[in-house]
Amino acid sequence: MTTKTDEAQARSSTDRIEKRLELRAPRARVWRAIASANEFGAWFGMKLEGAFAARATIRGRLTIPGYDHLTLDLHVEQIEPERYFSYRWHPYAIDPKVDYSAEPTTLVEFHLAEIADGTAVTIIESGFDRIPLARRAEAYRMNDGGWAGQAKNLARYVA
Amino acid sequence: MLPDRSAAVFAALGDTTRLALLRRLSADGPLSITRLSEGTGVTRQAITRHLRALGRAGLVRDARRGRERVFALDVKRIEKARQYLDDVAAQWDAAALRLKAFVEPQT
Repeated sequence: MTTKTDEAQARSSTDRIEKRLELRAPRARVWRAIASANEFGAWFGMKLEGAFAARATIRGRLTIPGYDHLTLDLHVEQIEPERYFSYRWHPYAIDPKVDYSAEPTTLVEFHLAEIADGTAVTIIESGFDRIPLARRAEAYRMNDGGWAGQAKNLARYVA
Repeated sequence: MLPDRSAAVFAALGDTTRLALLRRLSADGPLSITRLSEGTGVTRQAITRHLRALGRAGLVRDARRGRERVFALDVKRIEKARQYLDDVAAQWDAAALRLKAFVEPQT
């Protein structure tokens, strides 16, 4: 009764987030900011232990004020220099008392492409339909206004 | 919400007939089973079964209206899933701005 295309379409609305940004910087520079664990952590807001390697897990501690007690694991999937970088993680894993390891992960992908005066980056996070809805609701409640509020604080903090 | 119930949410959303029912209820609801089966080529029994699955997932509620039972979306539940995604998206927006500031030369 369910066709593949229909399923993909149905999922796309709630299953993934896609952001495209154009950066006025050479592709090599943008690549380093994403694929070097040090630099990634600097703009993302976490301190990563070690370097990114394909099919390896790396642990990070958030450096975002109010969240700096949290660690999270990034499982790097694929690294294609200057073109593609992807990892899996547990989104919204913000309760230190909960063991998220058995729960489904989402896939985060960075696609890089050269454009006229810089680099286009497409960030895709997908797999949300498999995250238990209970977890989503709980994360929202715990966050007191959610990430949206937090993101604003964050923008002020890094500005 | 119990975890088994959230499993029901995703099972419910993974079926085209049920998604069509949700879309229909969103546009024209509340509706009776008779109205919901009209023009779908799906039997009343099948529609009833799908509505029951949606009900178990907490996505749809039913109420009596006169002599018939009508079904409506449980907007709150659907909102919650939406809100979460909006939130994660906002988080990426903020991260994207930080990445931009990080790689672009200061002017």
